[in-house]
Amino acid sequence: MDSNAALVDFLLGLGDDRLVLGHRLSEWCGHAPILEEDIALTNIALDLIGQATLFLGLAGDIEGKGRDADALAYFRSDREFRNHPLVELPKGDFAFTIVRQFLFDAFGYHLLQALAESAHEGLSGIAGKSAKETAYHLRHSAEWVVRLGDGTEESHVRAQSALDEAWRWTGALFVPTPAEAVLAESGVAPDLVGLESVWRSSVDEVIRNSTLELPEALPPTGKGYRRGDHTEHLGTLLAEMQSLARAHPGATW
Amino acid sequence: MTQGDHPVGDTQWPLWEVFTQSAPGKPHEHAGSVHAPDAELALQNARDVYTRRGEAVSLWVVPADAITASSPSDAGPFFEPGNDKAYRHPQFYKVPRGVKVF
Repeated sequence: MDSNAALVDFLLGLGDDRLVLGHRLSEWCGHAPILEEDIALTNIALDLIGQATLFLGLAGDIEGKGRDADALAYFRSDREFRNHPLVELPKGDFAFTIVRQFLFDAFGYHLLQALAESAHEGLSGIAGKSAKETAYHLRHSAEWVVRLGDGTEESHVRAQSALDEAWRWTGALFVPTPAEAVLAESGVAPDLVGLESVWRSSVDEVIRNSTLELPEALPPTGKGYRRGDHTEHLGTLLAEMQSLARAHPGATW
Repeated sequence: MTQGDHPVGDTQWPLWEVFTQSAPGKPHEHAGSVHAPDAELALQNARDVYTRRGEAVSLWVVPADAITASSPSDAGPFFEPGNDKAYRHPQFYKVPRGVKVF
């Protein structure tokens, strides 16, 4: 794999993770438990979709086939999406949304911090800007994990079951793709093994404060996972997200 | 949760008043209010509701029940006596020459 193809593949992954998770969060719009949290979740959704636009736009530029961020977001099929399965799982209850968000925010924060030092200038610029937004997302979701875990009996039970479910999908975050292996060598992307240990220590600290327990009996597994593998849930998400753009190609408003 | 008593049946979190500062050195001004279970989330909610468009460089949140307010019936005795005392305004003083007026 040449380094341009690797970079395009990697950027699509960065963009798709944020696009898909942003869409999942947007499903809370008008439905969150309280008005202020409704605004907080949709703010985060918009941040993520904004980051996705930048990463996909750069991917399209480097690819050089005339595809912009919209073309990449709305006119690829599920098999072409490069996001991790963690972000496509249904939003579940508020506890699942928050726990999944926390696990991803911690991953995204450390990844973007590392990418802000990337040897690729365009990528490091987007990453530096996005890392600031993500620092806030992480603060928000981490505070909520502590409050749900150490809150009422019901919130604890729900948060624990959310953690048991979401945890299994975190293994795939740290399985390097062939593209990531190429880019780690040239200093464009960080080494995922180092990233996993900083991720794990920030997760451990928050989980300890939350009185929840990491489901060690169900270790996160990435065995056999390959980028482009998806759960059944991505297809229905994309059907909804892409329907308008596909019904009215080129529409503007 | 320590802030205030709720009316029976009120499932909302306690109310916090939000103050935003638009630039360093400017006063913090009342922007509105948010509901939140505690101070950290009050700060975050205030950030999300009142600073989305670059309105602030600093935020205060204050439990609404920590504010002692005058009541509407105080308005007469509190404020009306000031209305007919024009001499309390500074416009009767001549500004000495050479003093720069802002």
